[in-house]
Amino acid sequence: MESSIEGRVYKFGDNINSDIIIPGRYLIYIDRERLGQHAFEMLGEGFPDKLRGFDILVAGRNFGCGSAREQAATAIQGLGIKAVVAASFARTFYRNAINDGLPIVESPELYAAVQEGDEIRIDLEAGKIHHAGKEYSFPKMPESVRKILELGGLANYLKTQLQP
Amino acid sequence: MLLCSGRVREPGCHGVVLEAHLGMTIAEKILSAKSGKTSVSPGEIVEAFPDLVMSHTATWRSASVMQRIGATKLYDPNRLAIVLDHISPAKTEKYAADQQTSRNFARNNGVTKFYDVDAGIAHLVLMEAGHVLPGDLIVGTDSHCTIYGSLGALGTGIGYTEVTSVWITGKLWLKVPESIRFILEGRFPAGVYSKDLMLHLIGKLGADGCNYKSVEFYGGAVPDLSISERMTMTNLAMEMGVKCAFFPPDEKTAEYLKGRLEDPSRYRPVLADADVNYEQDIRVDISQLEPMVACPHEVENTKPVGEVTGTHIDQVFLGSCANAKYEDLVVAAGILKGRHIHPGVRMIVTPGSKKIMLEAMNSGVLQTLMESGALVTNPGCGACAGDGGTLADGEVCLSTANRNFIGRMGSNKSQIYLSSPATLAASAIEGVIADPREYVK
Repeated sequence: MESSIEGRVYKFGDNINSDIIIPGRYLIYIDRERLGQHAFEMLGEGFPDKLRGFDILVAGRNFGCGSAREQAATAIQGLGIKAVVAASFARTFYRNAINDGLPIVESPELYAAVQEGDEIRIDLEAGKIHHAGKEYSFPKMPESVRKILELGGLANYLKTQLQP
Repeated sequence: MLLCSGRVREPGCHGVVLEAHLGMTIAEKILSAKSGKTSVSPGEIVEAFPDLVMSHTATWRSASVMQRIGATKLYDPNRLAIVLDHISPAKTEKYAADQQTSRNFARNNGVTKFYDVDAGIAHLVLMEAGHVLPGDLIVGTDSHCTIYGSLGALGTGIGYTEVTSVWITGKLWLKVPESIRFILEGRFPAGVYSKDLMLHLIGKLGADGCNYKSVEFYGGAVPDLSISERMTMTNLAMEMGVKCAFFPPDEKTAEYLKGRLEDPSRYRPVLADADVNYEQDIRVDISQLEPMVACPHEVENTKPVGEVTGTHIDQVFLGSCANAKYEDLVVAAGILKGRHIHPGVRMIVTPGSKKIMLEAMNSGVLQTLMESGALVTNPGCGACAGDGGTLADGEVCLSTANRNFIGRMGSNKSQIYLSSPATLAASAIEGVIADPREYVK
């Protein structure tokens, strides 16, 4: 995981649930690529392919609500998305994203300001998002959480704990 | 006085009695006991040792993580519970192979709390079997673990990799949530049930109305609420975003658990202190409620049934961990007895567990449902998790489940409405969404 993540934004609204992110019928997979092929397909109209040109998802309140399926975070990564910024996250998605190595940031201010296609840069270490000449601050992640993200997720972290 | 009921000695948990501490909620008391602390406060992050780690059909995923990272030893096999409930029995070779992995994992690791595809929905199976006690901390691969709060346990959902982590290390980090108190007064009018109350609350508060929060239910209405109704409520509380939900253990809790516990001395109710500062009190007079329906495609999109009566339906599904308990089947059968469902509707009944199905078989409830035109399936998650009862383009289903998200039961051009078992039964008879109060006067 890079400390600085930048790219083009795709924007969703409120309450994007984990059934929308990855339907239950695909939970037979756990690999990023196959999950990514079906991410958001319930939305129809060219999903998920239309998301492939974007780098960062920005969403409104309660992103990832509903099912505790970890593959919601995996599927987003399968699309090549590098981070999610939302006005707020549902708690299971928040945990799953960290455990899956997907950086997530809460910023209702950025959600209000950003438009689809805008370029933003997230500096995880400094706790800042840069957009259109403005800076938006967010609380820095605890060191333990950053460590899990840096290693690409909880499985890799556990592996380091097992080694003598 | 706070008792520590852990089976092994953990940090700070060496005796059985921890210092009494004033002003703690149920969630705070459980999290402090399970992390070996005398007290905790909202916002604090603790390392807690769960009493039980539930994994359902996702078990193979956790097992594959364990294999991938080269871990071989479980912290305590007695703390694992595995129930194969989603997509059971297997419908494709892939599901069969995954279930085989889960079965082998349980066998090879000495997991005795293993329940195969015949048992039913994990949550209901574990509570029926006496594996859920007041004061327990239970995590699992399912968001609706909140249902364990119906018996006073802190249940909350986590992903499959985190389950692997708890399997190996015995612990996980948890943030201590703020707590909200619901005060319920009055009695349900005829035709109104705990499902209607929860749909009412979710509609008022929104899908994130209680995000990250713990909720506790109190008030004059609570002693009369059956354990089945409490299960529906703590289950549906998830749809307001809660981390956990509780009914303080009472006589009904003790009665439900009587005869179910391997070790009855572990029954030690954890109650909130009298002087707790709740973040919010929400009062509801349940005698003023009407039957409620959640409309597509979000649970918070609720309306009184009167605003949607006459809506065409193709299928009704009486199932799920929210509303496929014995009481739920009895309510539906009470309305359907001597009547037949509308010829334009197919009705699928999926009892929540084998025990529920047997009880409904012995009492004649299954016969009533079948004679009225219902298809009765094996127990499990069934159509709620997309197993059978799939919806085609343009079809409409009225379901007693807890989610109506787009495409959850099939086509993304289908629609799901949610209701109580009574509203479902009345609607099945009329072929359109109908008011159950016409049938239960």
